[in-house]
Amino acid sequence: MDSVVGSLNKTLISLFSEISLDVSLLFLVAVIIPGIVIFLIMTVNAIVAVYMERKVSAFMQDRLGPMEVGIFGFKGGKKFWGGIGQTIADAIKLLVKEDIIPKDANKFLMVLAPFIIFIGAFVTFIGVPFSNGLVISDFNIGILYVIAMSSVGVIGIILAGWASNNKWSLYGAMRAAAQIISYEIPIGLSLLLIVIVVGSLEMSAIVNWQAENRWFIIHSPFALLGFLIYFISGVAETNRVPFDIPEAESELVAGWMTEYSGFRWALFFLSEYTNMLIVCIIASIVFLGGWLSPFQLFDIPGIEIPESFFVLDGFYMGMFWLLLKTVLLIFVMMWIRWTFPRLRVDQLMYLCWKVFIPFALANLVFVCIWELLF
Amino acid sequence: MGIDNLKDTGSIKADEMVLNMGPQHPSTHGVLRLKIHTDGEIVSKIEPIIGYLHRCFEKHCENLSYEQIIPFVDRCDYLASMHMDHAYSMTVEKLLDIELPERVEYIRVIISELQRIASHLVAIGTFGLDVGAITPFTWTIRDRERVLDLFEALCGARLLYNYIWPGGVSHDLSPKFIQRTIEFLDYFDKQYDEYNELLTGNPIFVERTADVGVIPADVAVNQGVTGPSLRGSGVAYDLRKTEPYSIYEKFEFDVPVGEGKMGTVGDCWDRYSVRMLEMRESIKIIRQAMSSIPDGDVHSAMPKRIRPKKGSVYSRYESARGDVGFYIISDGKNIPLRVKMRSPAFCNLSALSEISEGWMISDVITILGSLDIVLGEIDR
Repeated sequence: MDSVVGSLNKTLISLFSEISLDVSLLFLVAVIIPGIVIFLIMTVNAIVAVYMERKVSAFMQDRLGPMEVGIFGFKGGKKFWGGIGQTIADAIKLLVKEDIIPKDANKFLMVLAPFIIFIGAFVTFIGVPFSNGLVISDFNIGILYVIAMSSVGVIGIILAGWASNNKWSLYGAMRAAAQIISYEIPIGLSLLLIVIVVGSLEMSAIVNWQAENRWFIIHSPFALLGFLIYFISGVAETNRVPFDIPEAESELVAGWMTEYSGFRWALFFLSEYTNMLIVCIIASIVFLGGWLSPFQLFDIPGIEIPESFFVLDGFYMGMFWLLLKTVLLIFVMMWIRWTFPRLRVDQLMYLCWKVFIPFALANLVFVCIWELLF
Repeated sequence: MGIDNLKDTGSIKADEMVLNMGPQHPSTHGVLRLKIHTDGEIVSKIEPIIGYLHRCFEKHCENLSYEQIIPFVDRCDYLASMHMDHAYSMTVEKLLDIELPERVEYIRVIISELQRIASHLVAIGTFGLDVGAITPFTWTIRDRERVLDLFEALCGARLLYNYIWPGGVSHDLSPKFIQRTIEFLDYFDKQYDEYNELLTGNPIFVERTADVGVIPADVAVNQGVTGPSLRGSGVAYDLRKTEPYSIYEKFEFDVPVGEGKMGTVGDCWDRYSVRMLEMRESIKIIRQAMSSIPDGDVHSAMPKRIRPKKGSVYSRYESARGDVGFYIISDGKNIPLRVKMRSPAFCNLSALSEISEGWMISDVITILGSLDIVLGEIDR
């Protein structure tokens, strides 16, 4: 098992072998270090993604976006990266904001809810690899674990909506519950198709299969359809436009987040962008070849590819390729968000139960036939 | 909603929830309050509650001279101030029996049609915002700025102009105004196609607006709905055509009506598309007026003092929101005895509760957006 915790533990044991330390204590340290790293990844992702979102939206709306706040005196001036410190300033503002809990709210649940959502996003990362072997723990049930954990957040959303004691929040929470739980099914079904082909739930096995054969996005028309269903459902899972019905700012004010502010709201925000990252990373790993170099795609017989291109497939370049694919998918998500209007609740449910699920099920059958034939 | 509150159900129906939307809500277009009786997401009854922006416009008018009323009129429909100025000035001119110079009429028509474009741009942008599309809003606001720049060059103000006065206009056209307007129209023609690409044919947008909130023609007429909202129901009723005022009979333009292209006649999409098409017609009118505008003095017919004879007068005007009417009673002083304003948005809003029953909360927002109300005018 090639995992970070295991190798860290081994390193620590070999490092501190002279000092007689308890082995279980060392194991605890080996667990805490990745935890901190995950938290840093989440924070950095949120800061970068929010800045990116603001700049992408500004670009699409013919605006400049944030242009004023710099970091360490580096302001960027009139260049396109102006206002690079904006999200950091926003984060500080949120952290020092007054903490408001409404009088009639259920205090305990209201405080608890953001943490449940946060933990849901946090623990998902245990199974998410960032490169070949760079994963906290490469379970043999990797995909199942990631799907299961990424839907833990919905409990927090329902709690937040109920505990706020606000009608808008309640509406938002009910919508979120219906939406997120429904869209779990097409996500599961479209990932199941890959699992059938590969014969394993392990993330590394899926990427290795793609290295030996083909990326799944060009594997068969059915896998491509599976990718589309997965990605669109993923957008719905992360509550983004055109599926931002639980928040629906023009209808429900801020949906289930209406009564939250400051630090708790920042946690919601953090988890939201983390979920976005997770959906995109999983899409890249499962359908777009994960940490494999895209040059592998051009492996057409008769055309010689210089040897140096394959150097790009190493551990660090793998990280680069995976991040590149993920950022591209995140950009597509933002592109969708700033282009489309919002669906209505019943239309959203129609799309899920009467379009995606039948198609995903049929897809599953066809991909089996395809596998038998080719 | 806490458990304690549920104990005493009394006469309250347990399956119905009263949702209080507004006066502080992102999509009520001002300070409208809607009491929505909901059963789940389905709306069973809507009670619009108005008056949060009431500023005693009509009572104020009884204490102000005719000239001093114009800035107040501006503030009624603040998205189409020029239309209100024009409507009010027309009424006072009718009372005074003033013959206007040709140039003034031409300027007024050009300005009014520019204002119609500006107002419809806001309507379309916020309608997009109501169904969840944010980008169209920023685009339409960007182009509205261009119109406001023209107005700023004209009279110095960007929102509340105080420009059209009884008997004339406050300033003649600024230098290069005509050239700048033609530049704007050429630019706007291209942007117009972009809006269509972004919003009009967007499948999600059509899904959200077609067949939603249908106002049948007879209901619209009975409720007194006017303007683009009435024409969306397929009734070709435009005061510029049916009762031409100013010099509108000189120009060629069509009155676009809803045809139910995407769904039923009179749905939200039709009202939206009527506004889109009307901007095209406004461009036509402006281009015609620009090419034939005569020279002259814009102040020549302006009375030194406004002191009409005893009597009363009513005149109607097609504003961006519909049929604006002013009824003025004069008792021979320089202060009107009574000013009554017919507010189109008020009448349009009255149709809301009838047409949005049975739809979902999201649709109520869509329908409200498609009616294009301005609270400043409803509450006065």
